[in-house]
Amino acid sequence: MSVVHEKIELTTGATRRRARRISLTPTVTVYLALVALLVAGSVLVGLNGGVLLDQGGILNILTRSTVLGLVAVGQTIVIITGSLDLSVAYLVGLCSLVAAQTMAGSDGMIVPGVLLALGVAAVVGLVNGLVVTVLKVNAFIATLGVALILRGYLEQNYTGPAGSVPRAFQHLGFDRVGPIPIGVLLMLLVAAAAWFYLKRTRPGYHTYAVGGDVDVARLSGVRTGRTIVTAHVLCAVAAGLAGVFLASRLGSGAPYVGTDAGYDLESIAAVVLGGTALAGGRGGVVGTIGGVLILATLDTIFDDLAVDPFFKDVVRGIVLIVAVALYARRKLTRRSA
Amino acid sequence: MTAAGDVVVRLTGITKSFLGVPVLRGVDLELRAGEVHALMGENGAGKSTLLKVLAGVHRPDSGRVEVDGEPVVFATPRDAQAAGIAIIHQEFTLLEHRTVAENVYLGREPVRRGQVDRRKMEADTKGLLDWLGEEGIDPAETVTRLSVAQKQVVEIVKALSTDARVLAMDEPTAALADHEVELLYDLVDRLRARDIAILYVSHRMREVFDLSKRITVLKDGAFVTTALTAELTSDQLVRHMVGRSLDALYPDRATPGELGDVRLALRGAGNARVRGITFELRAGEIVGVAGLQGSGRSAIARAIWGVEPFTTGTLEVDGVTRRITDPRAAVRLGIGYVTEDRKGEGLALRQSIRDNALLVRRAALTGGPGRRKSDLGELLKSVAVVARGEHQEVRYLSGGNQQKVVLAKWLAVGPRVLVVDEPTRGIDVGAKQAVHRLLRELARSGVAILMISSELPELIGMSDRILVVHEGAIAGELPAGAGEEAVMGLATGHGRGEVA
Ligand SMILES: Nc1ncnc2c1ncn2[C@@H]1O[C@H](COP(=O)(O)OP(=O)(O)OP(=O)(O)O)[C@@H](O)[C@H]1O
Ligand SMILES: [Mg+2]
Repeated sequence: MSVVHEKIELTTGATRRRARRISLTPTVTVYLALVALLVAGSVLVGLNGGVLLDQGGILNILTRSTVLGLVAVGQTIVIITGSLDLSVAYLVGLCSLVAAQTMAGSDGMIVPGVLLALGVAAVVGLVNGLVVTVLKVNAFIATLGVALILRGYLEQNYTGPAGSVPRAFQHLGFDRVGPIPIGVLLMLLVAAAAWFYLKRTRPGYHTYAVGGDVDVARLSGVRTGRTIVTAHVLCAVAAGLAGVFLASRLGSGAPYVGTDAGYDLESIAAVVLGGTALAGGRGGVVGTIGGVLILATLDTIFDDLAVDPFFKDVVRGIVLIVAVALYARRKLTRRSA
Repeated sequence: MTAAGDVVVRLTGITKSFLGVPVLRGVDLELRAGEVHALMGENGAGKSTLLKVLAGVHRPDSGRVEVDGEPVVFATPRDAQAAGIAIIHQEFTLLEHRTVAENVYLGREPVRRGQVDRRKMEADTKGLLDWLGEEGIDPAETVTRLSVAQKQVVEIVKALSTDARVLAMDEPTAALADHEVELLYDLVDRLRARDIAILYVSHRMREVFDLSKRITVLKDGAFVTTALTAELTSDQLVRHMVGRSLDALYPDRATPGELGDVRLALRGAGNARVRGITFELRAGEIVGVAGLQGSGRSAIARAIWGVEPFTTGTLEVDGVTRRITDPRAAVRLGIGYVTEDRKGEGLALRQSIRDNALLVRRAALTGGPGRRKSDLGELLKSVAVVARGEHQEVRYLSGGNQQKVVLAKWLAVGPRVLVVDEPTRGIDVGAKQAVHRLLRELARSGVAILMISSELPELIGMSDRILVVHEGAIAGELPAGAGEEAVMGLATGHGRGEVA
């Protein structure tokens, strides 16, 4: 290699590095957008005679983020691996029921109730993963099918809330550590665990690899099937945890608590809003939490302003599309660079 | 421990069919420690498929695979890796959005206290890159940002990092410039010294004769022969591969009378990568562009094509000053561009040969129906595509045949200016000649051709004159038939040429 050639390499390398430092990654973008939204929201709500960011307002945003956050963190992992999970909404309901009915008001059954609910979730995740990897059914169809099966089961066996959790268990849903609700801490803890899994562990690396290009991953010796199944199980367990948390808040299990809130599409929206590529291989939970906070903040602002629900959905839709368009643009310019 | 000359891997009677079409019909192959064994054959002969059998990607329908005399069955690439076999595949196996180090250690990430040891991973990658003399590549850089040649280096590092006893390389030099090929020679020497068995697939005769001890030839999936390289002449080898002799001649160059009007003219054109580019391209001529990897050769092509447009100077097409800011504009002005990165930019891998060949025509040119079937057949035949039919998905074609489809895609449009970047990369000897003839015929019919190639004999043999690029500027122009030394001298910034 000639000396001169190396010199060119070095200088272009330096300019590239500089460019990267100031470039907006999706994660940075989403948090900047969140700050902008908080500012704009404060002004709007302020003009309306209210206050967005007082303690109650902040708590409101955080509480709204809890359940969606749990589900979306799990969803992030499956999406990064190139799959997706549409069964989470029914799973949240199912797990709230399993937990509440197992506990049946008795303190001694709290631990078995939680474990059983998470166990059921893990099995559902395992089924999702195996249908995708072994039967090679497209994830969209596979998890939609599992969602329908869960719905059939719930419709057949429940007409409304069932089971009850003991008072002691309701602390999970309502207590605070200092100013912060336990639920929020739980959600952040799960997010931190997912972050560690994705960014620090070998299976996490493989999650990105499989989502980036399954064939390349397989050629490199990655156990692709196992990676995808694990992602589905983790996603389902996170949704199960959301169900358990809701049982604690509601005092009983509720079959449609997940679907009423639309956690399936909502979680995917949060993930995408957070900058994770729907095609897989890129993204992370930090962005997802940002996405969840944006959605929760929007909701809080709309409630404060008493906007009608139709308009609310329109704005959410626009936000989502604009965000994804922005990320796509960034990708284009980088390609041609 | 194996000593030099011991048989490490033995394949016997390997057969493999895809959807009932036989691709390998009873192939035998022995790889010995410390020896380079070349595997040769035309495009589609089954070389890559055989490597994939060895890699555990494909299971053979019948036949035996033995490692150290023991029969083995590789169900997955992981099994082959565990047996000490590393493969550098023909197509890149890199994750674009992960870093160099993450790619190199993919599937084998070092772990310390439950966490992936990033630092070790990057340091080890750096060590291997340095060992190869490629200090310019940063282990923490994302792969998308690397050039094609750098990606090839990363592939090599990835294979080396496994500490394999058997290394199979599928056209590792196809993406490398000549001086980088030297690095590979050097590398092969060092591997040989470590008693590693090497399987080497290449269409470049010179490399095969320089490097290998034995050569195995495949034709249409069948085993033809294994012979000691020293006992073969290149003519015999070609006859084994193609079934007939080929002359080594390039088509006649353009005569002054065949040159027409200036089709494309650049005057002081430049952008972030190149500057002061001035030259004219006439109808009927083939102008070669030489230069080292990274010198700006491809950047000129990409600028003409509007991917990274020129920001200074002027560009004229048929005497009219134009600003080409995207490829669509270029197509509409009658400019075609065969990219050096066929997988990334040249082909829609999941679409059929037909769709790919007609892509530009359908997408960028209004009016006029797509070519009729018979036309397309002619076109594919003119570039000698070997496929099961024009509806076969491009990703299942052999590498060389994919390259031919890229060429066909541009021929279907009938461009007036054609910029070709490494047009014969990965193409077998017979087809290479066909492509050379085709380019010359196009020139005769009035197309102005700008040809970039890292293969000096090809560049010199084909060009009516040669522009040499060095450090983003044209270092000089050489007449037809200039020597390799003259070109390399200018390309490295040492020589001097007759400046145009
Ligand atoms: N997965 C697949 N499905 C169907 N056909 C395939 C598949 N892989 C390879 N083939 C076919 O097998 C034949 C041999 O292909 P292979 O890639 O082994 O050729 P090759 O000798 O490596 O050629 P080249 O020099 O062009 O790289 C080709 O006709 C190709 O179309
Ligand atoms: Mg091949």
